[in-house]
Amino acid sequence: MTRLTAVLAFVLSVAAAHAADAPPGAASCSGCHASSASVQTPVPPIKGRPAADIESQMAEFKTGKRPGTIMDRIAKGFTDEETRAIAAWYAAQK
Amino acid sequence: MRTSRRQFLKVSAAAALFPMPAIAQGAGPRVVVIGGGFAGATAARFMKSGNSAATVTLVEASPTFTACPFSNTVLAGMRPLTDQQFGYDKIAASGVTVVIQPATAVDAQGKSVTLGNGTRLPYDRLIMAPGIDLRWDGLPGYDEKAAEVMPHAWKASEQTALLRKQLESMQDGGTVAIVAPANPFRCPPGPYERASLIAHYLKASKPKSKLLILDAKDAFSKQRLFQNAWKELYPNLEWVSLSQGGKVTSVDPAAKTLKTDFSEHKVDVANVIPPQRAGAIAQQAGVADRTGWCPIDASTFESKLVPNIHVIGDAAIMGGMPKSAFSANAQAKFCATAVTAMLAGQKPAEPRLINTCYSLIAPDYGITVAGVYKPTDGVLADVQGAGGVSPIDAPKSNRELEAQFAEGWFKTITGEVFG
Repeated sequence: MTRLTAVLAFVLSVAAAHAADAPPGAASCSGCHASSASVQTPVPPIKGRPAADIESQMAEFKTGKRPGTIMDRIAKGFTDEETRAIAAWYAAQK
Repeated sequence: MRTSRRQFLKVSAAAALFPMPAIAQGAGPRVVVIGGGFAGATAARFMKSGNSAATVTLVEASPTFTACPFSNTVLAGMRPLTDQQFGYDKIAASGVTVVIQPATAVDAQGKSVTLGNGTRLPYDRLIMAPGIDLRWDGLPGYDEKAAEVMPHAWKASEQTALLRKQLESMQDGGTVAIVAPANPFRCPPGPYERASLIAHYLKASKPKSKLLILDAKDAFSKQRLFQNAWKELYPNLEWVSLSQGGKVTSVDPAAKTLKTDFSEHKVDVANVIPPQRAGAIAQQAGVADRTGWCPIDASTFESKLVPNIHVIGDAAIMGGMPKSAFSANAQAKFCATAVTAMLAGQKPAEPRLINTCYSLIAPDYGITVAGVYKPTDGVLADVQGAGGVSPIDAPKSNRELEAQFAEGWFKTITGEVFG
């Protein structure tokens, strides 16, 4: 590979990575919500779940309609728009 | 080589085709990560998965990582130390070059890292996650030798095993003291979780024993939750605050004494958590300021003192974010995307980070503090209205759930980083 094509390949790979980039805040979620199905945890996975599900759960945590241990405190840190973007991104993850 | 590279840069810049910083020798940019803890190992892994063309090298002195979160359960005899230990095989298998060597010098001008064996690693961007160093000059009488008698156990591994052994050998009726430092330090609720779990062990195995926390502060993380639980569960646990004369001013390992301004405590087991600062390589690289910690740009985590170096995890001054493993992992994931964007000459998206810290007061009694953070006036600050601690009046079922989630969190985060 010449240097020029290597650089071009990198620029393109970055462009591709950015298209799939997680919206602000989304990367933090996988600290508790496991990305891998092999992890044994009572915390439910969110990867691949329908966006509308994630969004409505977050809305219920935020308003207090659904009691939570910690998600009620975290959901309040995101606007509805931000939550929607995070939900859509996780829904699209395989 | 240098000249031709520079000419090449000039040509491509003139053609306005490619951003300059991304152009490196070989294929793709070179990113070096120093430190294989929660911050560094996460950063290396996500850096590589986010852009496979990059050459990512993770530099770590030890072949085995021993996690601090949950290590207090080892002290209480709830689990073996080996459950805290992780290797770097999976990270290496993901395409990261893992080098088990200490980083001995950073040449910020020449953009390279020198390793213990003399190898020089050039970089386009460097991510430093050196964690903490204990300040051996921070508490009179407490040096590396003293730590063999009065363990800190604030870097897990041999020190954790030593403190556990001392607790096991202590006679019933003995006194255990935990010396807690002033802010800032690694894991703000850590000393109090430790006190709780040691008290749990003593209550079951050595009920006539006493536990004393000698504190250099008047307030601490999740304080009311801890204190309420202590009242209920551990009557033999006493917290002595700064204003009550709790600040330890010197220690004598031979006599097993801890001196405060007004008194001297003779104890059977002393766990001394001394003042801390960013890992030594941060001072050498010039990214630490006079406080001993590393100031960073809240939008990119790039050092405010040295360009092309990013600092994450416990070593960095992260505004409102506490020095926790969850924070380190979240910061690392953002940092990897920021570095990727910057290498491509793009502006990174604004960070939005979450922290969640679980503490165990007993095996079935968990509490948390959480926060959401974003840059505000140049500092990573709490998003107003979000975050906070577990409810003070939560039912027992809630504490049990949080204890279960704590364990789930540990499995999840270590799985993401090392699994």
